[in-house]
Amino acid sequence: MQHIDTAEQGDPHLHADLKKHVRTYMLVFGSLMVLTLVTVGLKYLHLPTVPAILVALAIALVKGSLVACYFMHLISERKLILILMLATVFFFFGVLLGPTITELNEINPIH
Amino acid sequence: MSTAAAAIPYTVDARPDTGLNNVKLGIWLFLASEVMLFGSLFAGYILLRTGNPAWGAGSELLSIPLATLNTIVLITSSVTMVMSWVAAMERNLKKLRLFMGATVGLGAVFMVVKGFEYAAKFEHHHPPSYSTFMACYFTFTGLHALHVLAGMGVNFYFGFPGAKMMQTDPQQFANRVEVAGLFWHFVDLVWIFLFPVLYLLNFGPPVSH
Repeated sequence: MQHIDTAEQGDPHLHADLKKHVRTYMLVFGSLMVLTLVTVGLKYLHLPTVPAILVALAIALVKGSLVACYFMHLISERKLILILMLATVFFFFGVLLGPTITELNEINPIH
Repeated sequence: MSTAAAAIPYTVDARPDTGLNNVKLGIWLFLASEVMLFGSLFAGYILLRTGNPAWGAGSELLSIPLATLNTIVLITSSVTMVMSWVAAMERNLKKLRLFMGATVGLGAVFMVVKGFEYAAKFEHHHPPSYSTFMACYFTFTGLHALHVLAGMGVNFYFGFPGAKMMQTDPQQFANRVEVAGLFWHFVDLVWIFLFPVLYLLNFGPPVSH
């Protein structure tokens, strides 16, 4: 994240900066709570399988992004970290989907 | 910079080539390896589930209210963790101890709820050997719980015995709290995905006729 030095207590610039951070954290906290309740609520709507999976994972993705961007400061992090994480996401999806895609022919069709 | 910090370079100052201190780069590299660890488990889970036409409705064996409570607990602990970093930046020891204590306490609540959940599974004769789903459930949540325990240990150290460093080297201490927070938020992030995958979306095979 952008570099902020700790400062002696009473430094008005640091405190103003941190206050802004705290406001953002509280907004993110509220959003995460609402999205959690929405996720649970959707379960009781008994959506068909594919939409249920897509919606639940989309909400999880939004929640995860909020945590990564704001709590983990990824939104204001250095380019090197972003490149590292993009590479990780690429390999994550490779590991996640690779085995299933390559084994599709071996998986018995469901009757 | 203290003598110890001088012995290990770039613990506070950014390296000219990376633009980051080594602590920050180190924790992100570690988190990248953690993403791959959990990624391999998710990959195994997808493969097992898509390849098993007799996959049962596993979610019905789990308690959604308890998992929702644990989700709320973990998200709240992420907020108290980030407030600990704010306290470290402000060099406010009392506030740091309050929020670190809350973070560790919420981690403990998560573990206790998880303990009740596990006990109920064994009581109802649903151990890991009951089904492939239950084996996946225990593997995922067990590994995640180990991460919660590790994070609690680190946070307790920085909140209490290790907080002395705030007096001697406040910048390095704030960096340490931030790095501990990055790990804790990652643990929260993993749970955000585990919650729907295990508790909400396990209603049988993805394609049915």
